[in-house]
Amino acid sequence: MDAALPSRSSVLRSRILGHAGLMTGLVLLAAALVCAIFAPLLSPHDPYFQDLSARLVPPVWHPRGDWLHPLGTDNLGRDYLSRTIYGARVSLLIGLSVMVVSGLIGTAMGLAAGYFGGRTDMVVSFVVTARLAMPVVLVALAVVALVGGSLVVVIAVLGLLKWDRFAVVMRAATQQARAQDYVAAAKATGASTFRVLLGEVLPNILPQLVVVATLEMASAILLEAALSFLGLGVQPPLPSWGLMVSEAKAYMFFSFWMIAIPGTALGLLVLAINLVGDGIRDVAAPEGRA
Amino acid sequence: MSALLSVEGLTVDLAVPAGTLHAVRDVSFEVARGETLCVVGESGCGKSMTALALMGLLPRNARRRARRLVFDGVDLAAASPARTNALRGAKLSMIFQEPMTALNPAYTIGNQLCEVYRRHKGGSRAAARERAAFLLGKVGIAAAGERLGQYPHQLSGGLRQRVMIAMALMCGPSLIVADEPTTALDVTIQAQILKLLKDLQAEFGMALVLITHDLGVVARIADRVAVMYAGEVVERGTAAQVFAAPRHPYTAGLIDCIPVPGRTKPGERLGAIPGTVPALVGTIEGCAFRQRCAFAQPACASAPPVHADAGHEWACVRGAA
Amino acid sequence: MLGFAVRRIALALAVALAVSAASFILLRLSGDVATAIAGEGARAEDIAFVRKAYGLDRPLVVQYAEWLSNTLRGDFGTSLYFKTEVIGLVADKLPVTLVLGLASILFALAVSLPLGILAALHPNTWIDRLCLALAVLGQALPNFFFALCLILLFSITLRWLPVSGTGTWQHFVMPTLALGYYVAPAFMRLVRAGMIETLAADYVRTARASGLSPASVVFKHALRNALIPVVALAAVQLGFLLGGSIVVETIFALDGLGYLAYQSITYKDFPTTQAVVLLLSVVYIFLTLAADLVNAWLDPRLRVA
Repeated sequence: MDAALPSRSSVLRSRILGHAGLMTGLVLLAAALVCAIFAPLLSPHDPYFQDLSARLVPPVWHPRGDWLHPLGTDNLGRDYLSRTIYGARVSLLIGLSVMVVSGLIGTAMGLAAGYFGGRTDMVVSFVVTARLAMPVVLVALAVVALVGGSLVVVIAVLGLLKWDRFAVVMRAATQQARAQDYVAAAKATGASTFRVLLGEVLPNILPQLVVVATLEMASAILLEAALSFLGLGVQPPLPSWGLMVSEAKAYMFFSFWMIAIPGTALGLLVLAINLVGDGIRDVAAPEGRA
Repeated sequence: MSALLSVEGLTVDLAVPAGTLHAVRDVSFEVARGETLCVVGESGCGKSMTALALMGLLPRNARRRARRLVFDGVDLAAASPARTNALRGAKLSMIFQEPMTALNPAYTIGNQLCEVYRRHKGGSRAAARERAAFLLGKVGIAAAGERLGQYPHQLSGGLRQRVMIAMALMCGPSLIVADEPTTALDVTIQAQILKLLKDLQAEFGMALVLITHDLGVVARIADRVAVMYAGEVVERGTAAQVFAAPRHPYTAGLIDCIPVPGRTKPGERLGAIPGTVPALVGTIEGCAFRQRCAFAQPACASAPPVHADAGHEWACVRGAA
Repeated sequence: MLGFAVRRIALALAVALAVSAASFILLRLSGDVATAIAGEGARAEDIAFVRKAYGLDRPLVVQYAEWLSNTLRGDFGTSLYFKTEVIGLVADKLPVTLVLGLASILFALAVSLPLGILAALHPNTWIDRLCLALAVLGQALPNFFFALCLILLFSITLRWLPVSGTGTWQHFVMPTLALGYYVAPAFMRLVRAGMIETLAADYVRTARASGLSPASVVFKHALRNALIPVVALAAVQLGFLLGGSIVVETIFALDGLGYLAYQSITYKDFPTTQAVVLLLSVVYIFLTLAADLVNAWLDPRLRVA
């Protein structure tokens, strides 16, 4: 009975809708994206405007809080809700940019190593091993400190350092894909290497690429926050969540909410991305391991 | 004398996404001491589940029920997991289909053999090692002392299956359940292993329940035969009864599939039973075989009667010829 | 086993050499050593003088060769900020970081092994889901935020532990928690996945069919094989922890290598930064080497050269 068999796309749709983790992640991520894109519309105030007469106003749930500043103000009297909303911009911008840069480098290396094998594979594997041996946080901190911290520098440094997982996973996936019949068939028809790689191999390892990409994006966001927290990432007055926690450190005895708000926002965003990554893996390979 | 193993009304249900899969349906048989019972059937007929149910090794999603399940005076249906565990490896051993993966890759052969012995019999490491070396010799492994120090990956499939047999024998069991012990091996090695099992059985006097899909194997080794189809035993009796006069059309079909040296000419078409085994999810009305049966008649739509003739039993509307 | 070990050690040495060259050149390209030595606001001719006096005008490759040969003889140069031998500084701080790293790994394993095994023994039950939820939450929480939460709880509210410093074992408690919780989820997932796989393996069924004790089935037969990927990860994570110790040691002002690295970076203290980067790389390389050798022992099939 053909009519009784659900179509492929409807199976996929029900699998996605039935995956609680994936749905939670998608909703949270969509919320973060909306905040980032429509930050100027959603923010009640200018995130950079300092009102020195209204410094360290607590959030609205606090007895001294008020609705003018729902999440209070920081030590310079800047509206905390607006800064938190704009913070989503910084985190997502860095996460996506680093993911693209490192993804391009790592995927190219992994594809080359997995497809050509032999000496190419040996060289790439050695470079990956050497890269893994370098302490990322330390090298990133040192380079950013020496060159000078800014959004672009942070993206460039993290992007150029964090391609290792892309290379490792793409290499293994390409080795598997290369052994498949459709690749041999494409080669037999005389397709160029470039065409075989982009037309046959890449589409088939896409699910794994997407999973690594989400994990790397989350990791890049956490790293940027850590760098900014140490004062060696993006520079004030840019509203980065890591930087906001760092600036609030001095007030943690009496105003822990100043740390808790950007910290929670950061945690939720990373949670959302990880849930989406795990969810995609589950949905793409429901039998468990691919 | 009472039977060593007595099974009555054994049922195994598996919880699967599509519902409840009745893998084993109301199966009964007996095994006497020192006797060989062969359980035959196509893959998916529930014979492996029957073996695992005897051992108490069913997967997590399975439920076992039985009116009577007694082994050597112990009621397995009522025994605690610890009681059953104490029997396994001691009085009741099992040999599996896949010798390549049945041994732990991380430990030496000697370590794994001795652990079984010391678990059930206690005693010194030296005594266990001596027993292991003795049995490796018995299963036809040369330089047994040396082999004890080797890891599974250093042994061929045939050798590993011999090690598995030695492991099953470590504590002198009274029953060995062997689930397709030769299926994964080369044809020449299959015959050797089968002969080995037969010789060891004669020497140590244990009973054997051999699960197989290969009636050729059955013909060589069985005292009694139980033929399973779709989770049920459709025919059982002594090997002589079943081979000389198969009563159930399914058994007859299986026997037609055996190539006979001398009688089957090269290139001649072997018999095959058309159709496939029915899905085991949900209840089956009437005879499960009737869709594939050449002798099907309207009466097959209701549960077939069980005929008996001198210990030879079969479930079919057709009585004795 | 010997051939395997020799090949593996040769590879480790080659990697160490490559990493030392890469990090040396990377740092030199990022900032100017002469400016750092001459100090902020130095005149151009002072900087030029320093550049010549310290040989910083020579090609990078020559400078690297000199630095490498000095380093191999145990001379890491003099710290620009602390004005003492770098080797002494590093030797002073290394034990603190090693203790912290080791304690964190042990803490992470102490949490993740039981939880991972528990989850694998009850797959797809509420126990399993709870363990997974903990892991997912743990992986999302930024470690500096978690560290500050610990301070709020243990130092400010409960007043049990000192906020910062290095003196006593109490100073290590919060840094260990802050560093260890971060790697525990990865361990737990790996232990769970590995145990689910090995518990379903044929050899575990054989162990059950042989009537072995449940403890032997779970720990001797299933866990040992499930641990093989965990050992590899533990080495990688310990290296990762040493890097992460920068953030945690800085927050708690724990006077180890991480804190030293942070200070050297903020003060543009090239020789010290260079030494710490090299040291952490070498420790990582050594750990992965050790993990490979341990795995070869755990899994006899890997012992092929």
